[in-house]
Amino acid sequence: MDARRMSRAVPRVRQVGFFTPNTPAKQPQPQSAAPCSESPPLSDSPASNSLSPVMIPPPRHLSDNLGGRTAAVPVPGRENSGELPTVGSYNPSESVLSLDSPPRSRIGDEELSEGAESSLGWYRRSDSAKFASSLPSGGFNLSTAKHPESVAAVEAKNPLPEQSEAQKEQASSSKPLKAKTTKAERRALQESQRAAKAASRAEANKSGTPGGAPSSKPMKQPPQKKDGPPVASSIAASERIGVDRSVEKERKKDLPPPRKQFDDESRGGRAKRRSVLNQPEARNRVELFRHLPPHKNGTQLPYLGSKFFELHEKHPAVYKVGLQYLAGDLSGGNARCIAMLQAFQEAIRDYSTPPEKTLTRDLTSKIGGFVSFLIECRPLSMSMGNAIRFLKSRIARLPLTLSESEAKTTLCSDIDRFINEKIVLADKVILRHAATKIRDGDVLLTYGSSCVVEMILLYAHELGKQFRVVVVNSHPMLEGQKLLRRLVVKGLSCTYTQLNAISYVMHKVTRVFLGASSIFSNGTVYSTVGTASVAMVAHAFRVPVLVCCEAYKFHERVQLDSICFNELGDPDAISKVPGRVDVNYLDNLTDKQKENLELLNLKYDATPSDYISVIVTDYGMIPPTSVPVIVRGYRKEYLLI
Amino acid sequence: MPDTQALVNDFLNKLKKRKIEGSQATAKQTAELLRSVISQTRMPYTNQAAALIHSVKAVGERLIAANPVELAVGNVVRRVLHIVREEDLSLTTAAMAGLNLSAESDDEDDTDRDNHPALSAAAIAAASRSTLRPPSLQTLLEDVPDSAAVPHTSSSGGDSEGKSKSADKSSRSRKLKHDVIEAVNELIQDISTCHELIAEQAVEHIHQNEVILTLGSSRTVLEFLCAAKEKKRSFRVFVAEGAPRYQGHLLAKELVTRGLQTTLITDSAVFAMISRVNMVIVGAHAVMANGGVIAPVGLNMVALAAQKHAVPFVVLAGSHKLCPLYPHHPEVLLNELRSPSELLDFGEFSDCLDFGSGIGAPLLHVVNPTFDYVPPKLVSLFITDTGGHNPSYMYRLIADYYSADDLVLERRTTSGN
Repeated sequence: MDARRMSRAVPRVRQVGFFTPNTPAKQPQPQSAAPCSESPPLSDSPASNSLSPVMIPPPRHLSDNLGGRTAAVPVPGRENSGELPTVGSYNPSESVLSLDSPPRSRIGDEELSEGAESSLGWYRRSDSAKFASSLPSGGFNLSTAKHPESVAAVEAKNPLPEQSEAQKEQASSSKPLKAKTTKAERRALQESQRAAKAASRAEANKSGTPGGAPSSKPMKQPPQKKDGPPVASSIAASERIGVDRSVEKERKKDLPPPRKQFDDESRGGRAKRRSVLNQPEARNRVELFRHLPPHKNGTQLPYLGSKFFELHEKHPAVYKVGLQYLAGDLSGGNARCIAMLQAFQEAIRDYSTPPEKTLTRDLTSKIGGFVSFLIECRPLSMSMGNAIRFLKSRIARLPLTLSESEAKTTLCSDIDRFINEKIVLADKVILRHAATKIRDGDVLLTYGSSCVVEMILLYAHELGKQFRVVVVNSHPMLEGQKLLRRLVVKGLSCTYTQLNAISYVMHKVTRVFLGASSIFSNGTVYSTVGTASVAMVAHAFRVPVLVCCEAYKFHERVQLDSICFNELGDPDAISKVPGRVDVNYLDNLTDKQKENLELLNLKYDATPSDYISVIVTDYGMIPPTSVPVIVRGYRKEYLLI
Repeated sequence: MPDTQALVNDFLNKLKKRKIEGSQATAKQTAELLRSVISQTRMPYTNQAAALIHSVKAVGERLIAANPVELAVGNVVRRVLHIVREEDLSLTTAAMAGLNLSAESDDEDDTDRDNHPALSAAAIAAASRSTLRPPSLQTLLEDVPDSAAVPHTSSSGGDSEGKSKSADKSSRSRKLKHDVIEAVNELIQDISTCHELIAEQAVEHIHQNEVILTLGSSRTVLEFLCAAKEKKRSFRVFVAEGAPRYQGHLLAKELVTRGLQTTLITDSAVFAMISRVNMVIVGAHAVMANGGVIAPVGLNMVALAAQKHAVPFVVLAGSHKLCPLYPHHPEVLLNELRSPSELLDFGEFSDCLDFGSGIGAPLLHVVNPTFDYVPPKLVSLFITDTGGHNPSYMYRLIADYYSADDLVLERRTTSGN
């Protein structure tokens, strides 16, 4: 309760007249006096935010409380929570941390100085985004702390429209050419356009107007819009808006921008033009799912290879990960996310800022390009979107004082920290929580293959609990069989069946453990297709359903059905059943038959929250109704560190 | 009757080895077999119906024991028994008209056999009337003893045999057998044409632009959908593939061949898609007397999803699938486990399957049931060859097809076995 009230209080405090770079929370903190010298971003852990009712120590005060520790900081807190696997979500030790450092303590003299300093830092950041190298940073804004707000407020609105205009312009200019020109010609054209734009931007900057369109804001990838621009814009916007409107604004910011759908015309044209892969023609497309991009499979690899040299600026590590997505070698939300982040890490290590550009701007666009390439290979999962958002916000927040190499190390360690805290440690916390729910003699059912659930089962087995696992699988997926094998080899007694037989086995089951790809803020669990059926049957048989999911996968979207947003798998995978030669009814179809037949291979479905008994997450065990609270606290936490 | 024996044994083997797929085929073959059994039965002078019933029952019990899960066998056996009783009864009533007076005395001769109070000819007539005709207000009022009388029809049949030591007896006996065989032929006819009768009703239930979901493959469903298609209704069908047999592929192929817009989905996507579906139409393996359905595995899940989204769940069932039994724990007792090889590749998992733990039991079990039980509350409508019915009405429909006697006797004998 306390924590919640505090978060309310923040804007009010700010209204007193201190400079408020960001909406309620902790914009200035990264630069807050103490840690600034000693690698500031490291000192505050993303895991520490007082805002969610499931107590997490607030990042800003970590430096005060814990004396500016570095990456290791969050670990003790986590370890604590792990060692006392409190069943509920409330963890005393953490709450203590959060309580003894209420935001109010900030009101004081130091705030003034900090305000000034942070405004500098903040300004630099913002100018790094817009003014690039042309303006002498600091000199202008230090004079009055409040000016930047107004200037910036104007600015804030500009970049995006400008950018989209630029995109449109480019799109329209190159569209008619598309058919006729060769690839080389098109590239030349693009290059010249880019050069022209850069020049005009430089001019604009010189004249002091906020003209520069974020140069290469990935024109690549529309779906990416969801992850990229919103963050940037929301940060940018919130930084500049006056205090009075901040609350309002923040609320608006809360709304995730509408996702560009695949069938969006403007998007479609662009996507096709710049697609790295052959878009399979609308063969066999299911009417209901025309808004989703068709599945791309490994058969396009040769084509991709031939285009390799046109893929300018693709870092080999990113390229490799992309290919792994495409070939289906990498699957599972966590694995994909970690692989992506590590690839970015490598790319950042090898990155060097081109002349005439700033690291922040250029690297953001680079990352944007990488992301759009990855999306080409396979649509992003929600967790990856969140991770990218995190990374971009980190880049945007790099203090300009850092040299390039320092900035790069900072980013790399940020990524490491994200992987470690949000995924590895989070999983450990989850298994301790979940293991308390496994008793001797239980029959646990799991569907598909979730790495968290697998870890939970193995952990409980190590603890010496006696239980049986029912592994349920369904047709195009084979992960369940792999999970089964791993479990049996570890000595767990298992029952294997397929999804249709779920009603038959559910009589004996005492708990259902499910993994999730994402959890939306209305409590909907977005997970491997079939999960909803399992949860539904379990609900009908009065069996508790535990969904295990790391908090970084939570997302503020809301979704009611599984159709508006989903991912399509390979339709041909349906007609073949591995290991069953007798199932070949669909092998020799005539063209006329094919015309009428559509094969639908959905990858995900949305489980309504009423089927979920509890969500086990790194913040504790929560009911599905509490997801928005976590999402809220979490978003602040990782945007604002 | 060596040839009948051979036929019976052959059929028994097939049933035991589960060589016969589908309840319709089973029902038809059972009926044909019983017909030949009846025609081969030597008719005694007295109590012909009882002799027929006896021989049919003897074969029927063995058939049922051969595949207790295939309820269609039991259904057909009961239907045939019912036919024998009915035919006999109708002959009796015909005879009764002439032999009204002698009946009473003969009655007493035989009553010692079954400790029933003697029945007056009027009661017999009333009983026969009530079984042959639809219940009318008059019969209801008239027949206070009717409830007692109905179970005795067999004894009254026996009585009539006993009493009819008259000149027209031989012709009557031949007539009974003949009539029964006629009726069994009709039954076979019914079984093979029930698709058409059900399909005729399709247009009443499928409207333009409907989206229909089905799971697995059922000939009844195929005919039903095609009948609607022939009536120029255009609609779209989602077919869930129905693992582990993947009969949905077959159905999808049939449907596209006939020009229907078909989408094949995985079973796991049923929940995702059902919110866009207007109606679920499925076939059944058997329909129990309480309105519950024994259906291909996976349908309980579909029915639950349909209920969640308030989508009507319609079950198509020919009358041979109506089973007069009330299910007890049907998920297990009326189920059958198939080979694990359909789910797991033995080659890959053989080491796990006999992976002995300390107690020697394998660590890995594979469950592959064939059927699901869909409770009556999840079913919106049954469409049978006699029209659409509520699940709560099934018990009454079933009473039309089976005599209560067989229900009980069958149970007694099977439990005796």
